[in-house]
Amino acid sequence: MSVELFVFVVAGGACLAGAVGVIASTNPVHAALSLVGTLFGIAVLFVAQEANFLAAVQVIVYAGAIVVLFLFVIMLLGVDRYDDLEVEPLVGQRVAAAVVSLGILALTFGAIASTGYDATGAVVGFDEDVPDINRLGESLFTDYLFAFEITSILLVIAIVGSVLMSRRGRRGEEIVDPGQEERTEEIAERMDEAERRAHPELYVGNGRRRGDGEAADADEADAEPEEVGR
Amino acid sequence: MIAALEVTPAWYLVLGALLFSIGSFGLLIRRNPLVMFMCVELMLNAVTLTFVTFAHTLEDTAGQSVVVFVLVVAAAEVVVGLAIIVALLRKRPDATADDVALLEG
Repeated sequence: MSVELFVFVVAGGACLAGAVGVIASTNPVHAALSLVGTLFGIAVLFVAQEANFLAAVQVIVYAGAIVVLFLFVIMLLGVDRYDDLEVEPLVGQRVAAAVVSLGILALTFGAIASTGYDATGAVVGFDEDVPDINRLGESLFTDYLFAFEITSILLVIAIVGSVLMSRRGRRGEEIVDPGQEERTEEIAERMDEAERRAHPELYVGNGRRRGDGEAADADEADAEPEEVGR
Repeated sequence: MIAALEVTPAWYLVLGALLFSIGSFGLLIRRNPLVMFMCVELMLNAVTLTFVTFAHTLEDTAGQSVVVFVLVVAAAEVVVGLAIIVALLRKRPDATADDVALLEG
């Protein structure tokens, strides 16, 4: 087994295993860690294809920043609870999703197979002696200079947008949840009821109506003979 | 026989196609907004792998330049997307993708 094949099998296997882990994990933390596996596998495949600089950037930016940002948000909000994957939220959703993604797979496979599994195109050819980072820098700052400048605008927009979305209101954070007040009242009533059942002697003769429920009547009946006996 | 196998660019393209379709499947079936974002990252990475493969095959640095732009776009997308998710999950910690309407107004 050649080294190239070995690297491809190991890194590609890590990529696929990580990808399956992302979509099959019930816990978002496990999904984020599986994503790290995929990103590292891709970085190794970048090195195998002589994109050394991009491999380093892939590890630093993706595994070092983006996944950490994901984990940070998960921990900050405390949403690392387990999702229920048994229940299908919409009937037939998974079948439809499988059809769509298998369609995408078939399209891409068809495109690859139509070339006879041999990528074609005009080979540009570059100087093998120049390191890839030099070639990349030259390309970015000559051919793609305008696009490179536009990415700075994109980043500014992203910063402004994220600050706008995530800042708290001036009056502090209000819980905006329809039905929240009703639920709070209902919970308070239930707690009162449980309190009365637990300590019926505190409430006897406290203005409580008769016929509130059989359990309440039984509690009163239990409580009265004691007083009679005293 | 295995030793005779040679890794051709098509192998990388097939791997990229597999990763992309796994990511799209996860994006469509999962309801946790955080996991849906991770699936988008999977799809972006599948595309960058394809670009690097073509850059290597055709000996053209343009493919690698595109990967740099994809990285920038992915970083911006994650920042804005996570800000939206934080705003959403702060209102209701068990929110799913169906509850994005909570952010109205």
